[in-house]
Amino acid sequence: MSQTFDQVFDARGLNCPMPLVNARKEIGKLEPGQILKVMATDRGSVADFQGWAKIAKNVELVAQENESIDGATVYVHFIKRTV
Amino acid sequence: MSAQSTIATESAELQTLREKVRDLETRLAQVEGRVAEDRVSIVVFSGDLDRVMASFVIATGAAAMGQQVSMFFTFWGLSVMKKDRQLAGKSLHQKMMTLMSPGSSRSLPVSKMNYFGVGAKMLRSMMKAKNVNSLEEMIALARELNVRMIACEMSRDVMGIRQTELLDGLECGGVATFLADSLKSRTSLFI
Repeated sequence: MSQTFDQVFDARGLNCPMPLVNARKEIGKLEPGQILKVMATDRGSVADFQGWAKIAKNVELVAQENESIDGATVYVHFIKRTV
Repeated sequence: MSAQSTIATESAELQTLREKVRDLETRLAQVEGRVAEDRVSIVVFSGDLDRVMASFVIATGAAAMGQQVSMFFTFWGLSVMKKDRQLAGKSLHQKMMTLMSPGSSRSLPVSKMNYFGVGAKMLRSMMKAKNVNSLEEMIALARELNVRMIACEMSRDVMGIRQTELLDGLECGGVATFLADSLKSRTSLFI
């Protein structure tokens, strides 16, 4: 998988609702059309980012994948700022 | 003659249609006025750390999802918004209430297994170990995300809590303030 992205936000170690809240802030710094890669260790973030993309008008969930970094599962979300 | 009567019938029909359209437009306007907005309103009645944490997680999460959030602090929930205790000039009952209620968000009990505050301390340290934000951080975050926070004027008055004992910049309001927001919300919670 080689999903392109413009910015990375490392939310590893953060717990609900911080990955979402901080990702929200980070995506505000992007230009419309750009993609933010969010790395999280919070398993709940998988459903959270899906829910966010469904409700909020300004984001689109491009892809989600799991990575294994140093033996820990990292949940990676690619979100695009649409507006 | 027959052509004239046809025209007469048609204009009568047109008239009825116009009236129907006007009626529908009025009704549509009424309905549109009642459509829920992207809004969440929460009544924080409880002053238990665990319940209050849950309400702030929902509030900040919803704000991050682009919802407008209102939180109404009433009765025991007012403790969350306290910054310090004042006793001077209060009646005996109010003094007792003040001494027996938490002085600020830092001394909230938990709803179960509190054991005179040990449970609350334990929960806080467990949350810290898991890198969960503290309640105080969550309150600051909610403010940063423009969550509307309203202290219930009536319960504040009944419980003898002064405006000056509460955090700065809080709005005060009553039931209509809550209802005005909650009737426009898709989600209303009582915690």
